[in-house]
Amino acid sequence: MGTATTNPNVNYLTEFSGVKSWLLSLDHKRIGLMYMIAILFFFLIGGLMAMLIRLELFSPGPTLFSADTYNQVLTYHGAIMVFMVIVPGIPAILGNFFLPLQIGAADVAFPKLNLASWYVFMFGAILAFSTLFTTKIDTGWTFYTPYSIKTGTAVITMVLAAFIMGMSSILTGLNFIVTVHKLRAPGMTIYRMPLFVWSLYSTAIIQVLATPVLGITLLLLVAERVLGIGIFDPKLGGDPVLFQHFFWFYSHPAVYIMILPAMGIISELISAFSRKTIFGYRAIAYSSLGIAAVSFIVWGHHMFVSGQSEIAGVIFSFITMLVGVPTAIKMFNWLATLYKGSVSFESPMLYALGFLFLFAIGGVTGIMLATLGVDVHFHDTYFVVAHFHYVMVGGTLMAIMGGFYYWFPKMFGKMYDESLARITFVLIFIGFNVTFFPQFILGAMGMPRRYFDYIPAYESLNKISTVGSWMISAGFFLALYVIIRGITSGEKAPANPWGAKTLEWQTPSPPPHFNFDKKPVVTGGPYDYT
Amino acid sequence: MTTHNPAAGGHQHSHHFDSAEHEYESDKLGIWLFMVTEILMFGGLFVAYIIFHQIYPEMFAEGAKQLSWKMGFFNTLVLIGSSLTMALGIYYNQINQSNKAFWNLIATLALGFVFLTVKYFEYASKFDTGFLPGKLLNVETVQATSQNLGMYFGLYFCMTGLHGLHVVIGMVLIGWLAYRTRRGDFNSEYYTPVEGVGIFWHIVDLIWIFLFPLLYLVG
Amino acid sequence: MSQHHIMPLKMYFKVAAGLVLLTFLTVAFHQMNLGPLAGPVAFLIAAIKAALVLLYFMHLKYDNMTNRVVFGSGFFFLMILFAFSYVDIWTRIKAFSTL
Repeated sequence: MGTATTNPNVNYLTEFSGVKSWLLSLDHKRIGLMYMIAILFFFLIGGLMAMLIRLELFSPGPTLFSADTYNQVLTYHGAIMVFMVIVPGIPAILGNFFLPLQIGAADVAFPKLNLASWYVFMFGAILAFSTLFTTKIDTGWTFYTPYSIKTGTAVITMVLAAFIMGMSSILTGLNFIVTVHKLRAPGMTIYRMPLFVWSLYSTAIIQVLATPVLGITLLLLVAERVLGIGIFDPKLGGDPVLFQHFFWFYSHPAVYIMILPAMGIISELISAFSRKTIFGYRAIAYSSLGIAAVSFIVWGHHMFVSGQSEIAGVIFSFITMLVGVPTAIKMFNWLATLYKGSVSFESPMLYALGFLFLFAIGGVTGIMLATLGVDVHFHDTYFVVAHFHYVMVGGTLMAIMGGFYYWFPKMFGKMYDESLARITFVLIFIGFNVTFFPQFILGAMGMPRRYFDYIPAYESLNKISTVGSWMISAGFFLALYVIIRGITSGEKAPANPWGAKTLEWQTPSPPPHFNFDKKPVVTGGPYDYT
Repeated sequence: MTTHNPAAGGHQHSHHFDSAEHEYESDKLGIWLFMVTEILMFGGLFVAYIIFHQIYPEMFAEGAKQLSWKMGFFNTLVLIGSSLTMALGIYYNQINQSNKAFWNLIATLALGFVFLTVKYFEYASKFDTGFLPGKLLNVETVQATSQNLGMYFGLYFCMTGLHGLHVVIGMVLIGWLAYRTRRGDFNSEYYTPVEGVGIFWHIVDLIWIFLFPLLYLVG
Repeated sequence: MSQHHIMPLKMYFKVAAGLVLLTFLTVAFHQMNLGPLAGPVAFLIAAIKAALVLLYFMHLKYDNMTNRVVFGSGFFFLMILFAFSYVDIWTRIKAFSTL
């Protein structure tokens, strides 16, 4: 095999060359990078859709295109961001790359399955994008019936694409669960695992248990369109609300697929950049499992005004309050970790701190929406749009950026430009708030979501929001530049530039193909900063 | 990577596992995790069926009357038999009698084929008499009392169709196993794929165990 | 690998016989026309058959706890999907428009 032990210039990037060595690679690190390139590309397209939405909403009335086109643009924005960016995002990129490293393993449990997952994902994505060239889709990413049954757009293709990408998610989750159970290095008890690993494990449970129900829901939707079975179509005696039950049974836990790994990253960042062991390790570990479990019994809070019974609404509202508890535990523990820590403000930490602020807002507004009486007014308004962007962008995306800068030296063996990276934080953080905070106000004022037009009273806040979207775009494009420049001409990075204690820092930057020369033996916890 | 070395009498385990046993345990866990997804996927169909059965009991009774419980009963016995032969296919590999293992796998294939043949006749009779899924069912043609009888047959064809697809997939996998058994790939030290496919095949049987009473009897 | 539990041959045949018997029983109960009890009885027998397949043919009885928990969790969450959807539909109140 390679001569990684003797030759420091041979690492997972350089050891094998040629396109085939990448496309047929069984190395979890290379597969992680392949996911990264794909997902970055999908993020650009989904982001373009977002920019188009905001441009259209700059003024009332038609600005750029027709109402029908607007429906298509918003549907693609949602579908691309949900199925192709945020759900696979952290697990497929950073999870694939770092899960084996953090537990001292040479690879994931099923490397061939891992590669297969990537191909399945790409196939689904290509199928999804193909709809852009046929009849497109306009149902919103939630495909609610009966409109999704009747509309003449490419619902079947898109829905099958989502099914296929769901399969990829299931296989990744399956791989991670077995990896965590079976491939931990000697001495790594479960309470010595990094919290990022705990979060990936909790996420994997959701991926395996929830995604199949999305699968059957989408297949049933196809059957409805093709055969007119009638279970979701009110004209045929069916129940469109049942579609929503089935859909949200997956899609609510899915949002925890989106946020749990992000929270795992935050635990790593806060601890590393406070040079202090994480406060309440077990509480955070258990809270990840707790969030995963509770996520399955709250889905009806997306359906308070759908026609669901009041009793069901009350039950779901009450249980949803519960899910705030483990989340709050994490927030408090992160703050307690900062307290009396030796805190420094490199860009990964800036993003982590940004996360704390933005996710707090997102989380608290989530509790507001969980309150049934309040949601009756806020449902389908921009308040909801602002809430989920605060948690998904302000939360997950900030964590991805932070994790990405943090692990960049390990992945590429180079350092990125720290000053430029800090500027990306400022642009993204401020741009984000300028874009989305006004949307809370717009929602409270009654502006409906997924609407092409609005009354003049909403105009100034919409303009502010659109300007914010330009700022945030600038931040992301600058970040892309920082990353590319770092990869091509960054300074050589040491094995452990941050002085962190988890196992991935005990191997060279970039790691050799086999990760560790000798299988590590673990004798302490992951955050032993004493 | 895995090195396959039947001539040397053994199957080398993948390098990232400590031992063959370590790999076997991990493979088993992976297989069970995949089976959970199958249960949840089919389960969604069952949930839909039960809910609508409660809402439209007469329509479901009317639909179920069209199904031949005898054929369903026979098919249940066929699948139970195939589960037995599949289990024996694993058993004989475990005790190094690969010839008997091979024939049990062939028997499983044959029984799977019988199952599909019966299904073919069932489906053909439905198509002939106009009991088609969803909007394809013409209420006047079949003289249905319930206006949305198409929903019953929609569910019937979706559930048995998805199940039938899994039977076909299972048969392909079992055929592959039979080929590998003949080739001498499996022995008492290594039979993981046989067990894995076996578990999949038993799940297919399991789903039918619930489908039969739900569709044919309770109606 | 040789330390894996190998179920004796006779067990396989006994379990298969049990499954066949229970299938006959299912049909017998069906002929009896139990009315509202028909569903639960049929489901109960099916559950027993499923348990036999799981525990013996699929060797879950001799397997480790992790695999059992993994599989059981599927049924548990399926029950949740069913229970909450059912509660919703069952507790809906028909409302008539006053307009």
